[in-house]
Amino acid sequence: MKNLFALAAALALLAGCASTPMTDNKAGVEDRTATGNAPAQQGGSTATPVAPKAEQQLNPLKDPNNILSKRSIYYDYDKYDVKDEYKPMLQAHANYLGQHPDTKMLIQGNCDERGSREYNIALGQKRADGVKKILELMGVKDNQLESVSLGEEKPRCTEQTEECYAQNRRSDMLYPGEH
Amino acid sequence: MRPVIRTILLLLALACSSAQAQLSIEITGGGANQIPIGVLRFAGEQVLPQNISDIVEADLQRSGRFRMLFAGSVDPLPTEMAQVNFDDWKSRGGDALVIGSVAPLADGRFEARFRLLDVPRQTQLAGVAFTLTAQQVRATAHRIADMVYEKLTGDRGVFSTRIAYVVKQGSRYELQIADADGAGAQTALASREPIISPAWSPDGTRLAYVSFENRKPVVYVHSLVSGRRQVVANFKGSNSAPAWSVDGQQLAVVLSKDGGSQIYLIGADGSNPRRITQSNAINTEPFFSPDGQWIYFTSDRGGSPQIYRMGVTGGDATRITFNGNYNVSPRISPDGKTLVYIARENGRFQLKSLDLASGQAQSLTDGQHDESPSIAPNGKMILYATQMNNRGSLAAVSIDGRVKQRLSVQAADVREPAWGPFFNN
Repeated sequence: MKNLFALAAALALLAGCASTPMTDNKAGVEDRTATGNAPAQQGGSTATPVAPKAEQQLNPLKDPNNILSKRSIYYDYDKYDVKDEYKPMLQAHANYLGQHPDTKMLIQGNCDERGSREYNIALGQKRADGVKKILELMGVKDNQLESVSLGEEKPRCTEQTEECYAQNRRSDMLYPGEH
Repeated sequence: MRPVIRTILLLLALACSSAQAQLSIEITGGGANQIPIGVLRFAGEQVLPQNISDIVEADLQRSGRFRMLFAGSVDPLPTEMAQVNFDDWKSRGGDALVIGSVAPLADGRFEARFRLLDVPRQTQLAGVAFTLTAQQVRATAHRIADMVYEKLTGDRGVFSTRIAYVVKQGSRYELQIADADGAGAQTALASREPIISPAWSPDGTRLAYVSFENRKPVVYVHSLVSGRRQVVANFKGSNSAPAWSVDGQQLAVVLSKDGGSQIYLIGADGSNPRRITQSNAINTEPFFSPDGQWIYFTSDRGGSPQIYRMGVTGGDATRITFNGNYNVSPRISPDGKTLVYIARENGRFQLKSLDLASGQAQSLTDGQHDESPSIAPNGKMILYATQMNNRGSLAAVSIDGRVKQRLSVQAADVREPAWGPFFNN
């Protein structure tokens, strides 16, 4: 909601900048062209951009501009090792968990649909455990983390294509209220 | 949204809930050396809600071990040997004949009699009378089919057994139990979250399974008699792959509570978990050998998933599969001689059998996505999950690979089959 408010305010500002000067309207109808923080100015004068207050209150875990909103690690077929490209993201989460020692994280490991369901529970577990281990090495306490497997049972997509399989070979990091 | 709200759970005593969708079975491949047999209508069976003879004939035909001779035009129906035209049946190539009769009793029940006749020798091989209510028609017919099957093949029939499987329709999952011919499906558990790995207790009164209703895998044991269930394993991390010990007192399960996926023994009531695999590799899919001596299981300790065997209390494991780099889902036949499993070859997942004495392997299917095999209690058929027309369905194949059946539920995915034990073991 706060995102929408900020967006509306920004759009309103743009509308204000682009508005034509108000003409002398004998019928007395008011030209309403702008809403939000900054009033539209007549005669084509510039509007002053104002950073919406809402942005400062965004939850970093959900802010798309914040690395903490990135939660997923992807794997090659039959593999469970975490590639280096994910280390900065993991470090950010480790830092966040260090700053919030009462916050718990659930790590869910997933597999693509090929192969035995029970073996995929174990493979998904290995994936989730690998993420947990790295976070622990980065200083997160064991009691803040739980790793579980969903095997192939909760796929993001169900097409039998390589693209979909790759989407499902994945670990997800979830915070309270998200699972 | 809390799991309680999100998940719909219906725990129903078995008698209460009929499943919406019927499992239908068709035979698509017959065995070698089929026994030619005629099953005549039973005289007087029209007083019953269903023809016993139809169910007997369907059972025998579905087994793939019989070639059914057309028996529709015999009139009047013989009920005694003296009334049978043996020459006629001999000339048709018949080996055996089933005849019978049904009569109502004064108390509202019925008496059904059948005779199994040897055509070339013109002798009676079996003759039994049953007293039954109208509700017991199917059960009686299955018992007759069992007797005919056993007399003629030497193997015990499985027509009176039940199968469990999971049906997925949209976001709804149901653990269902049906007769071996697909009739009488009932729902044991309905949920908005996945259910996998159903396993019958050796006495057929309980089902263990894994449910994701807690948003992680948890092992339950569900009484089919009372409809009540209890959590057997819900430790930190994942809990899965339940397998019953031969005496039904314990389960082997896979827990990740101590790191990785390891096999534990646990009481059927969830008490006293003991870890029995020590290697740090993946260890999963335990299966007790029928003699109670060994646990077969899947492990990647050698670098790829293969099947191993260890004593029931753990200890050193012996590797059993060596061909290929993915062999999983071990099941042992009731006579202890054959390993049935899933092998990945060229990206295809197929059912195989391995003779444990000789090490000889045989492909039983040539599917793409075959999984979850379950062996019938007479060791003759294997039920498994496969895909047909982009939908999950079940199939069955005989242990020699020749007889094939297809089992499907309309407009739904079926998976995770488990063949129940002999009734009244």
